[in-house]
Amino acid sequence: MSELWELSAAEIGFMIARKETSARAVVDAHLSRIESLDEAVNAFLTLTPDLARATADDVDAKIAAGEKLGPLAGVPLALKDILCIDGVRTTAGSKILENYRPPYDATVVQKLREAGVPIVGKANLDEFAMGSSTENSAYGPSHNPWDLARVPGGSSGGSAAAVSAGFAPLGIGTDTGGSIRQPASLCGVVGVKPTYGLVSRYGVLAFASSLDQVGPFARTVKDAALLLEAIAGHDRMDATSIPDDVPGYAEGLESGVKGLRIGVVSDWIAGEGVQSGVTERVRTAIEALSGLGAEIGEISLPSFRYALSAYYLIAPAECSSNLARYDGVRWGLRARDAKDVVEMNVRSRTEGFGDEVKRRIMLGTYALSAGYYDAYYGKAQQVRTLVIRDFEKAYERFDVLLGPTSPTTAFKIGEKADDPLAMYLNDVFTIPSNLAGAAAISLPCGLADDGLPVGLQLLGPPQSERLLFRAAYAYEQARGPVPAPPLWVTS
Amino acid sequence: MSPYETVIGLEVHVELATRSKMFCDSPTTFGAEPNTQTCPVCLGEPGSLPVPNKQAIEHLMLIGLALDCRIAPHSLFHRKNYFYPDMPKNYQISQYDLPLCVDGHLDVDVDGESRRVGITRAHMEEDTGKSLHVGATGRIAEAKYSLIDYNRAGIPLVEVVSEPDIRSPIEAQRYLAELRAILLTLGVSDVRMEEGSMRCDANVSLRAPGDGAFGTKVEIKNLNSIRSVARALTYEIDRQEKALDAGDTVVQETRHFDENTGKTHSLRSKEEAFDYRYFPEPDLVPIEAGQSWIDEVRAQLPELPRARRARIAAEHDLTPEQATFVTASPASVEYFEALLAEGAPARDAAVWMAGELARALNTAGENIEQSRVAPKDLAQLIQAVEEVRVTLNSAKKAFQDAYASGKTPLEIVEEKGLQQVSDDNAIIAIVDQVLAANQAEVERFRAGEEKVFKFLVGQVMKATKGQASPQVVDQTLRARLS
Repeated sequence: MSELWELSAAEIGFMIARKETSARAVVDAHLSRIESLDEAVNAFLTLTPDLARATADDVDAKIAAGEKLGPLAGVPLALKDILCIDGVRTTAGSKILENYRPPYDATVVQKLREAGVPIVGKANLDEFAMGSSTENSAYGPSHNPWDLARVPGGSSGGSAAAVSAGFAPLGIGTDTGGSIRQPASLCGVVGVKPTYGLVSRYGVLAFASSLDQVGPFARTVKDAALLLEAIAGHDRMDATSIPDDVPGYAEGLESGVKGLRIGVVSDWIAGEGVQSGVTERVRTAIEALSGLGAEIGEISLPSFRYALSAYYLIAPAECSSNLARYDGVRWGLRARDAKDVVEMNVRSRTEGFGDEVKRRIMLGTYALSAGYYDAYYGKAQQVRTLVIRDFEKAYERFDVLLGPTSPTTAFKIGEKADDPLAMYLNDVFTIPSNLAGAAAISLPCGLADDGLPVGLQLLGPPQSERLLFRAAYAYEQARGPVPAPPLWVTS
Repeated sequence: MSPYETVIGLEVHVELATRSKMFCDSPTTFGAEPNTQTCPVCLGEPGSLPVPNKQAIEHLMLIGLALDCRIAPHSLFHRKNYFYPDMPKNYQISQYDLPLCVDGHLDVDVDGESRRVGITRAHMEEDTGKSLHVGATGRIAEAKYSLIDYNRAGIPLVEVVSEPDIRSPIEAQRYLAELRAILLTLGVSDVRMEEGSMRCDANVSLRAPGDGAFGTKVEIKNLNSIRSVARALTYEIDRQEKALDAGDTVVQETRHFDENTGKTHSLRSKEEAFDYRYFPEPDLVPIEAGQSWIDEVRAQLPELPRARRARIAAEHDLTPEQATFVTASPASVEYFEALLAEGAPARDAAVWMAGELARALNTAGENIEQSRVAPKDLAQLIQAVEEVRVTLNSAKKAFQDAYASGKTPLEIVEEKGLQQVSDDNAIIAIVDQVLAANQAEVERFRAGEEKVFKFLVGQVMKATKGQASPQVVDQTLRARLS
């Protein structure tokens, strides 16, 4: 008999609904696992046991009263600490918000409350979601459950590590340039970057508004689909929210991939800087999909080589504006004894922000400056248009595209911390989907020769989530169970 | 005559009178307790997002249509980035190179001539909060601490930018008055300058007449009344003239107008100007104004002041000035029409409104909708003058007293015995008394000294305390002396 914390979200939901266990027992099992192991992992910045237990008790009471609840009622979740919960400390991994308690719930949090999902804690991240390793968190890095000396990826590394470590079967992250998919890949879990506008950004502390998107982490494709179903949908509080109804993502998962046209992105599969173990696992996955009846072809997407550069102009430009509000006037840290307002602003920001955030604010401020706008921000937006066109052309030939999620497996803590460019290259395969506002999913495709998980990335056009889940599910079934991280065994 | 031509362009900010703010549901009530009209969005709480107020955009569209602007089918919100403590996000959502309304014009009448002022653009933005510096002087430098009221943050603002087509302070005043009248007629703003719901910045430069190029311009900020605009421009034109006459150059800069001294002083030079780092607001989608939406809004356009003025002048045979006055605002037209309904002749109604009523409102610092003399009561007073029951002078006095006391003018006439003495017998008796008391003057008049007649009229008026009809006195005296 498995421990409660080993079960999938779907299994837990099923058991709670059938009163084979209680939501309270499930939450307690996860909280006690967090208590014994999170000191080593540092997945959470703030634990919310009272909130989780209150939600669980409410679920149990409703079930006892014969109410029919959703499939995730009572299933614990780790929330990236960049989404607001009314009255709960929300830091965005930054010192500048060390004591910020928002006065309202993010729309996603409201939806999770409605779904009866107990939130067990606020998960660690790179400061303001800027980074690929969680090393930029002002509260120390999270550790990869596969090897505690290694990073879990980022920026949503805490959520990915929590799901991988068995602290919660579900996690919420945000993906601006790969911040869900890359940590999912490095931690051996499933991560989905939904179509831009599918999940409300209301109550999500903004990094780059035109790229940010909230999405699920889980250990199975089905769990990820169930979670996306719970959090997606139009929100009148977000002007960029898609007004369409949400299809049932967990339905039709079993339809298979027979005849599905899959385009392998040739520039990625054996590109420069791609670890051979990663290429090998991805090729094996392609063979499996081919064996399931998918039609495999190859495609080259030339504009994608400029995507990283364009991203590192657009995202910093937007962040330089989004982060202007952290000025010491109203939130979080305020420098003491400043002589005037300007000094207070400057010192609060100097003391409150970390190096990477400052670097991007400076980059973005420069890119938007008078006289430079056209050469930088303007040009980057043109590249964005080219990326969208390349995608559109690709989807004339293929239903979905395929490649690795990250060029490498999890790297050592400190290995790339002093080399921003090496760090930025982690996102080279994930960024195009953000620029295009499109959907993509990362799911485990086995371990590389270094014994660390490799992520397979499936990409689709905007609002192709159903198709991506179907393809991912088919592969997941063919692949069979993945090994558990060492943290499961040693505990 | 100045050797220079004055070139003025105006930027007018108008707070719209929408029920909720520009990007959230918070109410817009003026004068509420500080920080009670707020929500996470207008406070710029981390994670909050703006959602545009459709009513505000329609108000802007109405303004654009009233100013004969083209409504852009595709327009954008931009972020204007700069740090300011009362601006919650440290950027203002505004419009930049793709505003909703472009290429319009406004015709204003100056000295009986119509002048056309081009409208470059009218666009939408959000207001900031207000800082309150607590200390002896209320100035930031001496303040012990500062407080911020965010009630105003996020109130929808429309900015109307004119072409540099204005040539004098008086033209600037007329432009602002006409714009104000249009906004009032559209019902999109209270346009109360004293409450800051209409604010103006002026760009002014001088050049040699016939010179195609513009001179160096100066921007004047902090103009909070139509009168301030004229004062500041007059001062600034004089200052620039003197500089140019002395062979100096005018420095491109932003200057602040000081209400107390009537002078402008330098705020910052061109070199110190902010770089606002405008870029498209990624939290909002473009405004797509399709023809059917524009037509729908156009159908709501009421009769505009200029057309209404022409119609009312023609219908009631008023001078252009009178027509301008009675149509200054919807409330003013309402008052005028009420006077007419109560039987006042149109010309008298207009004269009274532009004269005594305007004086009383100015003294009290009130708007016409707050008038303490009702149209019905003023109409009765006008009728009394018409029927020679009260002299015009007494009527004016009664009106001012009535305004101050809250009584009706006719009550004042009654109370103070201001009725005109037109009873012939009463006047004959007084005339006879005066003639008896002034035998010597009567002799001199009869000897042909005509100017003595005026003295005798004066004596009769004095005896009647000014309440006799001058015509009746004149006739009676001549009859008795002949």
